[in-house]
Amino acid sequence: MDELIAADMSDWRDGVFAALKAAHIRQVGYVPDAGHARLIELCRDDHEIHAVTLTSEEEGVALLAGAWLGGQRGALLMQSSGVGNCINMLSMTKTCRFPLTMLVTMRGEWAEFNPWQVPMGSRTQAALELCDVLVYRVDRPEDAAETVAAALDIALNGDLATAVLFSQRLIGAKRWVK
Amino acid sequence: MISNEPDLDQRLDRREAMRILLENRGDLLLVTGLGSTTWDAASVADDERNFYLWGAMGAAAMVGLGLALARPDRRVLVVTGDGEMLMGLGSLATMGVQRPPNLAIAVFDNGHYGETGMQASHTAAGVSLTGVARACGFEQAFDIADELGLREFSARVHDATTSLFASIAIRADEPPRVLPPRDGVLLKNRFRRATGAET
Repeated sequence: MDELIAADMSDWRDGVFAALKAAHIRQVGYVPDAGHARLIELCRDDHEIHAVTLTSEEEGVALLAGAWLGGQRGALLMQSSGVGNCINMLSMTKTCRFPLTMLVTMRGEWAEFNPWQVPMGSRTQAALELCDVLVYRVDRPEDAAETVAAALDIALNGDLATAVLFSQRLIGAKRWVK
Repeated sequence: MISNEPDLDQRLDRREAMRILLENRGDLLLVTGLGSTTWDAASVADDERNFYLWGAMGAAAMVGLGLALARPDRRVLVVTGDGEMLMGLGSLATMGVQRPPNLAIAVFDNGHYGETGMQASHTAAGVSLTGVARACGFEQAFDIADELGLREFSARVHDATTSLFASIAIRADEPPRVLPPRDGVLLKNRFRRATGAET
């Protein structure tokens, strides 16, 4: 945790990155996302991390299963809409008890301009819990790094699936008209 | 032309094809897809270095990618069917970006969904998985139709310098099922133990 406290906390995403490094995360799968943009950039710039850009989030569930078979730890970055793409792949995570931590930026729950985001965003947590994924929400920036560290710990120590939902209020609603 | 009459169909036998791919496997790591390629691998020999998918259709190639990135010291072969690969078509683009040199994808293509009643797949209608792989950045992507070509590919799996892709035309038949263990935790843990995975 000292590494987390020492990290530059001016942006909570830097704290999240420090938590990934402290947990020795070596593979990060992601679908490009505005809310995760800085975290993705930090992962891509880190020579110890394989940052793998995915066409669909479900690929990341399989990628990290393979990573674990090969002895590397991973994390999966996505937007709430991507959770819906992962459902059947999570059957492998559960059946084989692969550790998995998903970091999810929320859409469709706070001052959302685009109603097409609302159906998945409003059911993201319920969908994950139906799949036996343990869910933690982050609403305040000062909780982000600690929550990610805790979610990684419980996943890696218990061969379990966890997800951290970064609330839309935390990230800030997307500006559609400048 | 699809035929279920072995003597009219000169395409490779799937069990023989798997046997050739696993001859002299050395320390090759194997991932198989749901479902016939899993039975094919089990028919050659159950091995702790095999990770069989019994579900998660479309996952096989991506499991192979994560494994290959994690273990640059080992060769990784994914063998899956045309239907399973079609469900993970996007993963060809993802692999095409990464292209680890120790990863090889072999698709047993019989143009059919063998596990569900032999319905025709997209490849039977002319969709070329090798063409897709090539367009996604696999510089070495092959259509293989005979034993000689398969043996050449099998040798290349052990010394390639870029990711490999092969679509291997096999006969559309259903040999008797040979079932490996299906306990996912067992398969995971024994694979990690046998291959010295650290974490």
